[in-house]
Amino acid sequence: MPEAASPEVAAVVADAHRRESAFVLAATVRVAGSIDAAEEAVQEAYASALATWGTSGIPRNPGAWLTVAARRRALDMQRRAATAQRALPKLLGREDDDGGLPDMAPEEVPDDRLRLIFTCCHPALALDARVALTLRLLCGLSTAEVARAFLVPEATMAARITRAKKKIAAANIPYRVPPAAELPGRLDGVLSVVYLVYTTGHTAPSGADLMRRDLADRGLELARMLRVLLPGDRDVAGLLALVLLTGARRDARVDDQHEVVLLENQDRSKWDRQAIAEGVALLRESLAGRPPGRFALMAAIAAVHDESPSWLDTHWQEILGLYDLLMDGWPSPVVRLNRAIALGFAVGYAEGLAELDVLGGDPQLARYPYLAAARGDFLVRLGRPEEARVAFGEALIITDNDAERRFLHGRLSALGE
Amino acid sequence: MSKYLILIYQAEAVARQAEGESISASYQEFQQRHGASLLGGAALHPSSTATSVRRDGAGGFLVTDGPFAESKETLGGYYLIEAADLDEALEIAKEVPAGVGVEVWPVRVAN
Repeated sequence: MPEAASPEVAAVVADAHRRESAFVLAATVRVAGSIDAAEEAVQEAYASALATWGTSGIPRNPGAWLTVAARRRALDMQRRAATAQRALPKLLGREDDDGGLPDMAPEEVPDDRLRLIFTCCHPALALDARVALTLRLLCGLSTAEVARAFLVPEATMAARITRAKKKIAAANIPYRVPPAAELPGRLDGVLSVVYLVYTTGHTAPSGADLMRRDLADRGLELARMLRVLLPGDRDVAGLLALVLLTGARRDARVDDQHEVVLLENQDRSKWDRQAIAEGVALLRESLAGRPPGRFALMAAIAAVHDESPSWLDTHWQEILGLYDLLMDGWPSPVVRLNRAIALGFAVGYAEGLAELDVLGGDPQLARYPYLAAARGDFLVRLGRPEEARVAFGEALIITDNDAERRFLHGRLSALGE
Repeated sequence: MSKYLILIYQAEAVARQAEGESISASYQEFQQRHGASLLGGAALHPSSTATSVRRDGAGGFLVTDGPFAESKETLGGYYLIEAADLDEALEIAKEVPAGVGVEVWPVRVAN
């Protein structure tokens, strides 16, 4: 650029990018024919905004202006490539509707974000690639930011994203919302990716802090985006409810020294009542008139905790019943572990411990520290400190999160290490 | 439209057993249903009849009995298909009556 944009223009462009990058990119992919070409066209649209908005004035709708500019640029690139090769790239011209001309009025630009989500979360892509593409293309994170979120070197993340984009192009993964017959299965895959983004932020598998709030925020943002794009879908409502009802407790989950505070000891006045109210309303919608989905059940469990005035008042029987329903429909070792904990509080610590001991032989939980930590907790409550010490020691060996390690050390020293 | 190679895998034991048999009714049915998408295909003899020819890096070749990779699953045949996109190719692939399953590989198109 010949001269630097004014701070005001730069701020508006940065804000438009933060809020509307997915919309702009998604609408451009359709005319660009490939994700790479679309990203290039969008980059040029941002550069052009920085260069011209200072003199021409900031448009009324910056996102729409950027979309129109990026689509026009993509079409130019397309025409040049077509002249050079006499062949149109793959993604172009396969759509039943062409999405209109790129010179269309801003308010007519189609919202293609749903197509982009389904392409990024296509089951033919590896799970880590689906997560990376979703953060990169839907949340507008840079490759460096995605790499930081998952604690891998930037070069590793860049290679992962490049490989995924190459597969989309080479295998011709379609840029479309799946037909109605395939939609429920494919949507479940999308919701799983969004939930994985959220949980990775909510309780970081490794690193210094318990939470990576930026990543949890991206998960919430994606769940809200899906809610806007599929307002009538009950599983989407269930996922957004789950994210809100879990996230509502986050300010109480660590203390001022960044130390872990268990649900039992949390200051419930720090819970976000507004998020809980919104989550409960969404949960009701998700549960209305049909068997509950997986995310709705998990949200319902979170809601029981959120609405309980104190730890002692917790309705453990209700939570146990919800875990039973989860086990019926979506059995997994982790669900069974959580059910065992609920059983311990609903029926008795000894019963919970016995169920945890059965799970001890499950190879899928061999590297899962919460099993040993839960055993240690029940053993303390049962007045068996020697065995509890062994259990917390086991949990420490396989815990990579620093805050959780300090927490386990604390439990050990409380037992007179 | 894109081209895809569908590699059909089956258990080695089943492959040996099926040797010499004519094409099964289920494959005939599959081929009739998807005739418009099929560009080619063949059934293979068991992997015990395959021969690997590996470049030795010094201008020569190393000829050995068997396929490159030994596994419980063996390549039993293939189809070359044409489909609108990967989703359509996967729908066709799911209908191949293969014992173990299939791999779907996009075919490179020369520019």
